[in-house]
Amino acid sequence: MGLDPVQKGVLTLDNAATLDHAAAHGHAHEQSFWRTYIFSLDHKVIGIQYAVTGMLFLLFGFTLMLMMRWQLAYPLGSPIPLIGGLLSEQNAPGGIMLPEFYNQLGAMHGTIMVFLGVVPLAVGGFGNFVVPLQIGAPDMAFPKLNMASYWVYFLGGVTMFASFFVPGGAANSGWTSYAPLSVIATTGQTMWLFGMVFLITSSLLGSINFIVTIVQLRAKGLTFMRLPFFVHAQLVTSFLLLLAFPPLEAAGVLQLMDRLAGTSFFMPSGLVVSGEILVRSGGGSPLLWQHLFWFLAHPEVYVLILPAMGIVAEVLANNTRKPLWGYRVMVLSVIFLGFMSFIVWAHHMFLTGMGTTISAFFQTTTMIISIPSVIILSALFLSLYGGSIRFNTPMLFATAFLPMFGIGGLTGLPLGLAPSDIALHDTYYVIGHFHYVVAPGTIFALFAGVYYWFPKATGRVMNETLGKIHFWGSMVFMNVIFMPMFVQGLVGINRRLWDGGVQYAHAAPWQGLNVMQLYGAAALFLFQIPFIINFFMSIRSGKPVSDNPWDATTLEWSAPSPPPHGNFTTVPTVYRGPYEYSVPGASKDFSPQTEPDTGGGAPEPAPAHAH
Amino acid sequence: MDIPYVVEARPDTGLNNAKLGIWLFLASEVMLFGALFSSYVLLRVAAPEWPHGYEILHVPVATFNTAVLITSSITMVMAFASLKMKDFAQYKKFIGATVLLGFVFLGVKGYEYGDKFLHHEYPSESTFLAIYFTLTGLHMLHVIGGMIVNGYFWGPGSKLWHTAPEQFTNRIEVSGLYWHFVDLVWIFLFPVLYLL
Amino acid sequence: MNEHADVKKHTKTYINVFLALLVLTAITVGVSYIHLAVPLAITVALIVASIKGSLVASFFMHLIDEQRPIFWALALTAIFFAVLMLLPVLSHLGGIGSPRVP
Repeated sequence: MGLDPVQKGVLTLDNAATLDHAAAHGHAHEQSFWRTYIFSLDHKVIGIQYAVTGMLFLLFGFTLMLMMRWQLAYPLGSPIPLIGGLLSEQNAPGGIMLPEFYNQLGAMHGTIMVFLGVVPLAVGGFGNFVVPLQIGAPDMAFPKLNMASYWVYFLGGVTMFASFFVPGGAANSGWTSYAPLSVIATTGQTMWLFGMVFLITSSLLGSINFIVTIVQLRAKGLTFMRLPFFVHAQLVTSFLLLLAFPPLEAAGVLQLMDRLAGTSFFMPSGLVVSGEILVRSGGGSPLLWQHLFWFLAHPEVYVLILPAMGIVAEVLANNTRKPLWGYRVMVLSVIFLGFMSFIVWAHHMFLTGMGTTISAFFQTTTMIISIPSVIILSALFLSLYGGSIRFNTPMLFATAFLPMFGIGGLTGLPLGLAPSDIALHDTYYVIGHFHYVVAPGTIFALFAGVYYWFPKATGRVMNETLGKIHFWGSMVFMNVIFMPMFVQGLVGINRRLWDGGVQYAHAAPWQGLNVMQLYGAAALFLFQIPFIINFFMSIRSGKPVSDNPWDATTLEWSAPSPPPHGNFTTVPTVYRGPYEYSVPGASKDFSPQTEPDTGGGAPEPAPAHAH
Repeated sequence: MDIPYVVEARPDTGLNNAKLGIWLFLASEVMLFGALFSSYVLLRVAAPEWPHGYEILHVPVATFNTAVLITSSITMVMAFASLKMKDFAQYKKFIGATVLLGFVFLGVKGYEYGDKFLHHEYPSESTFLAIYFTLTGLHMLHVIGGMIVNGYFWGPGSKLWHTAPEQFTNRIEVSGLYWHFVDLVWIFLFPVLYLL
Repeated sequence: MNEHADVKKHTKTYINVFLALLVLTAITVGVSYIHLAVPLAITVALIVASIKGSLVASFFMHLIDEQRPIFWALALTAIFFAVLMLLPVLSHLGGIGSPRVP
């Protein structure tokens, strides 16, 4: 993915102008390997670094889950095939997983998928690569800070990964790290806390960069209501990261103090551990941890979904050849959603004995927050109506997102109401709910984004056949894995049980579902292979395409593919909204944002690049 | 490739990038310290008994430290004002004074902590001490961070004045905003921990 | 040179604010020696601290003539700060083991 057009051998008049411009500014185009690819200040390189690292962590987190799925399918002492022999004696003697190891896998699967996989890909990857291009900026506002953000994330990832190899293994108190269990847990938990400090710092620096970039570096004519919905989504996401993460950082410091300095922030008085009274000052509150954790973790789930909604909006508008339905309402909804996300968090804590008044408050806010969510989803659905739909791979993933996110969202409603939550809390129903929103929800949108923006990053398209295989396999098997979870939850099977609850009379009859889910997960894994092959193969030998192969309207498509350092050969001016497809009277079915509005009817000159 | 609005303000927002950036950072810091204050509130409300700050901590010493930090705030803003008046020598004196006052603050805090440790009053002894040490400790780390940045701008960083005075002035303004925030946190920390 | 006159005016303001801060510090410490009832003591202390904080923010940090985006970002932060301060403790009044819970 060379960014230097001379190196790529694609030297055009436009690129030559950039080189002249660069030379005039005395830039040495002879940058070292380290500066160009490792410690780059260019948002596109950093975006790709985030994206690739994020995808690798997603794959790793997936393999952790495959091991767990084996254990859940065959809990009565069956060695894990293929890799059972590679696992250590402390974790899986004879290849048979110990409960302690299962707990590590569970805690780290969640942590890795959320903090090392999805967010870095969605925000660090897509945000970094696309946002400056979509607003007509030469780069992010603070390129050095951007580079620092990536490397601090990388450090956090290394810390989390390394925690598997310390005595006692990785964190094993759930990704939620509830006290007091997490305070008395093994060393891996301390590493988890340090890892989180790195990741939170990376996030904070990144969010500042995004907000300043979007506010300050928009091109001429690009008012807020002409921004692509993707940019609005990233702006709200950045505010969530900026204001919601610090309380978790504070909580992390407090838990580190409890673990390392013997304080009792989260340790109640009179705690007995393994039959012995724990000698501590006491007086602390485990609920304090929960409040501080969920204050972040609830907005965090909107961090997971908002960029995905943004990607779906872009891909839908482009592939229906018509404007988004209700753009204005969607923008207002996403802002309202972001605001509300700060005042719903205790719906994760309905069973902690809180007073009925405050419980009613959180139930109410939780019901209210579903409104903007439904508005956005409905607007996206309505955007399909009357469109000339092209079902290419990005569009397949983006369209599938809609019903999948719908299922995820609807299944959240019984969880957000305390009376029903009493039965469903901490069961597989919860796992089914949030996986629907994140897995065939967000991750499908992220796949759509990869296929959609791949040509901008590389100048080539990914293979459509492999893409469709990837899509259909993923779609079928995501549902095979996650749909049964609602049943498992409704019959009362608890989450985080290392043997899948097979010891319980109410759970044992449903064990067959676990077997089905194991093979579904294995199949899902196999269907990611076409994607991995496609991704790397297409970089070298994908079909070369023009700068705007999708005939899209937003600004990134008027830059070269891949864009050079500085992005645009001429600084763009914006004359239109972001989704002016099929404008009556125009000579083609899309009117790019950079094209002056001639009042319709007048023929436009032919585009500069033939397809 | 030049990033716009590094020094001059963008017309419709009236801001340069660093100014907006630092205020956003300070907003996140409000939430960081806010979480610790929130923890203080929850722990105190839930506690069967809670000591008065003045029973455990030395109020006169901390009052002195409060005055030190307030003074450092005015030397900081005067450093910025000096650059606005193009008086580099004056700037150097004021930013140097700010750093020195920071050292005084740290010294006093070191004395306070040392005194506590001498009497085996560690964070693990009680939730009051735990939150006291954590709040003031985190604040202290922020003071140190600010001193490092200010020290850099007193020393090698000040060379930028000779090549890009406007950009340098902006940097001092941004650095000042951070330093004032650190003072602001102490303004709330002091009464909450020591006087109530 | 108009800028110089401007800065001179600001300098006067800074010094006044500085003196006000010292006086308010003395007041808040003085009041603490009176040993008011805890709720009243907290109220007075927070009011004085807020005045001091507002002075630092408005004049040393120039918030009083700052631009709107900053103002809106801070207003938003203030709302969430209030939420963070109030809601956790409110969650446990009227709950199991009230009035005092961990």
